[in-house]
Amino acid sequence: MKGYTGRLLDVNLSTGRVKTVELDEEMLRFYGGRGIGTYILWKELGERWEKIDPLGEENLLLILTGPLTGYYPGIKTAVVAKSPESNGVVGSVLSSEVGIELKAAGYDGVIIRGKAKEPVYLFINDDEVEIRDASKYWGMGGIELHKTLLKEVHDELRRKAKLRGVPKEPAMMYIGKGGENKVRFAAIMSKLMHAAGYGGFGAVMGSKNLKAVLVKGNGPLPEVHDPEKFKTMLREFQRELLTLTTFRQWGTGAGGYSVGKDRSSQPVRNWQEEYHDDERISVVNFELKAWVKKYWADYGCPVNCMKISYLRYGPYKGAITDAPDYELMAYMGTNLGIFEPEKIIYLSYLVDELGLDGINAGNVLGFAAELYQRGILTEEDIGFRLEWGDERAFARLLELIAERRGIGEVLAEGTYRAALKISEMKGVDAMKYAVHVKGIGVGAHGIRSDLDYTRDISYAVSVQGGDHTATAGLPARSYEGELVNAFYDSAVICMFTTKPGFERIIEFGNALTGFDLTPEKWFNETGLRILHLQRILLLLGGPDAHWDPRKDDDNPPRFYEPLPSGPVKGKAPSREEIMEKVKKYYEEVGYDRHGIPREEVLEKLGLSEAKRELKRIRRRLGV
Amino acid sequence: MEEKNERLWILTTPDKCSGCRLCEIACSLEHEGVIWPEASRIRIYELLPGVNVPHTCVQCPDYPCVESCNFDALSVDEVTGAVLVKEDNCTECGACVLTCPGNIPRIPAGKGSVVICDLCGGEPKCVEVCHEAGHDALTLVKGDYRSIYRTFAKDPLKKSVELARKLFGEEFMG
Repeated sequence: MKGYTGRLLDVNLSTGRVKTVELDEEMLRFYGGRGIGTYILWKELGERWEKIDPLGEENLLLILTGPLTGYYPGIKTAVVAKSPESNGVVGSVLSSEVGIELKAAGYDGVIIRGKAKEPVYLFINDDEVEIRDASKYWGMGGIELHKTLLKEVHDELRRKAKLRGVPKEPAMMYIGKGGENKVRFAAIMSKLMHAAGYGGFGAVMGSKNLKAVLVKGNGPLPEVHDPEKFKTMLREFQRELLTLTTFRQWGTGAGGYSVGKDRSSQPVRNWQEEYHDDERISVVNFELKAWVKKYWADYGCPVNCMKISYLRYGPYKGAITDAPDYELMAYMGTNLGIFEPEKIIYLSYLVDELGLDGINAGNVLGFAAELYQRGILTEEDIGFRLEWGDERAFARLLELIAERRGIGEVLAEGTYRAALKISEMKGVDAMKYAVHVKGIGVGAHGIRSDLDYTRDISYAVSVQGGDHTATAGLPARSYEGELVNAFYDSAVICMFTTKPGFERIIEFGNALTGFDLTPEKWFNETGLRILHLQRILLLLGGPDAHWDPRKDDDNPPRFYEPLPSGPVKGKAPSREEIMEKVKKYYEEVGYDRHGIPREEVLEKLGLSEAKRELKRIRRRLGV
Repeated sequence: MEEKNERLWILTTPDKCSGCRLCEIACSLEHEGVIWPEASRIRIYELLPGVNVPHTCVQCPDYPCVESCNFDALSVDEVTGAVLVKEDNCTECGACVLTCPGNIPRIPAGKGSVVICDLCGGEPKCVEVCHEAGHDALTLVKGDYRSIYRTFAKDPLKKSVELARKLFGEEFMG
């Protein structure tokens, strides 16, 4: 086996047992990362999927690499589990050097099962694996964890191997207060500002009483199939990626102004608008006011799209975050009616320190503020006024959510579940204002203007719902489709370093692994296998939420309201047009007319065993 | 005195380092034929996010590491002045590690010997890739040894604290 280490670490937090398991042929049929994660979850939990509480002891938390992790420019690590947001499987990929440290330690990933009695952290130093007490770190955010836990473990590694010199510090993933309190959209964090956001896996980690995972690998990456070809392609790719000068200069932050101004697809005040022309949010102002580091990269990345903002003055002095990236400029900014850099940096910093997914947090904050605007939620309900643009009010609300206090208890369930609850409490239809798909708040790229990469059924049929990094589209077997994203999430590489293109990246993967994968094979076998299995688990759902493709393979109601402002004012898709495309998509990927994977397709994909799940789906849907 | 060769030296400027670690990849591919971050002769520490600290040999004029070796595993390259490791002779005793004023030599588990920067024979791959990547956090300096170079031999933790103070200020460091 080349490109892989060939084994996974299996840690049971309930019993304290640690073992390694072989990466077998069956698993390899799913490539890596999101794919292998989906397979493991199905294999172990598929038969009882509807009964598995995502925040219960039975759920598995998988931290996975892919065959390309560590070799391909830019480092990513995949986190996969049953999602407390969608109740299906989400492959959440974050920038974290845990991926390369794991491979250097001799593991392709870690299966974490069970639940620790007390707060613990997982320590991995090659073959030395320990579940350790973390009670003194409970409650801490990223800054404190770096100053204490990371430093202490690094000191320990130094002491232990004094004669071997100073190792690089271990890589760390951790949760903040949000994850500890099982906020449904809590993130798993890394390096203060990187997050595995979609999926809500911070809550899963919190439900297992697992505060952090620290990994140190001292060995080389696994051998590769064709070293010469690998080296040649790597140099080519590195050189190509150096030409991404806009990203290098501004990161994704240039979108803070341009996505609204030029594309009319940026969430403004809970998506009531998608156009704005407010130059205060221009990325240049972030650079002038806050950037202390202009080029920041993770392992192996020539792009340097990350920047560090740090406020040295003013009421929010000490706030530290990345650029912020476009998503948080939108969700901690325009979606809350906030356009000033200092305020956006402050809220981004706060959301990171609390360990919440900034996208879903901004989604639920905007939702709450619209309900306040409409008089559905009152000052009495919230405890204070919640006006658009009032960053202090939003900061207070974030704290309440992370601690699950007051109205925070309701909002901590995420937009979809909060909308159900508030509809019931208030006797109104709050779901009208909930901008989510299958429990996952929609990323900060709208579909109404048709001017962005997201359009029509991008979110409606995706197996990861509102995830803007897993969007679907027609034709299904093209860059528009979710199969290509599923490849990047399974190879476990960064989407921002994929300029060399799907075909050549597959070839690169073959040079590492010795496989003979082709785009066609991915589209019709490996990728499709992952997609169908994810789809099945998503449609099983449960225990607290189930999706019915006939009504849930759709956009949120807001996306059918005509855009009220901007150059494409009045634009919105019609539901008929969307439904037609949904049907077409079903046909192309091999779902039946109800959106359920077809038996014969499963057979062809070597997933016959999953037919037992289809029966349960059909029974519940009555089709 | 006999004719003196021009000495080479890798100047590191942590302020310019993005933490991309392309240098580590280039170094370990060059020397080990595989990607092996811990066996890279240059390593980038990041004890605090954004505080990226390159760490490699500064070639002290008195070569304490070479002096400390009892097994003739270390010598000085006559042309470049770099420390050369004779892997077969190295017993992994750690004497050079302990004596280095900057805690720079590394004996990665599984390697079988210490690793120290050999300047790639005069054209260091790390410097090349750092320049190509547009950072120039590593640059090649030629000429006689200057005593200031020795001050770059510092523990990575110490260098990290200094850089962090510069980036975030005293208050952030607490």
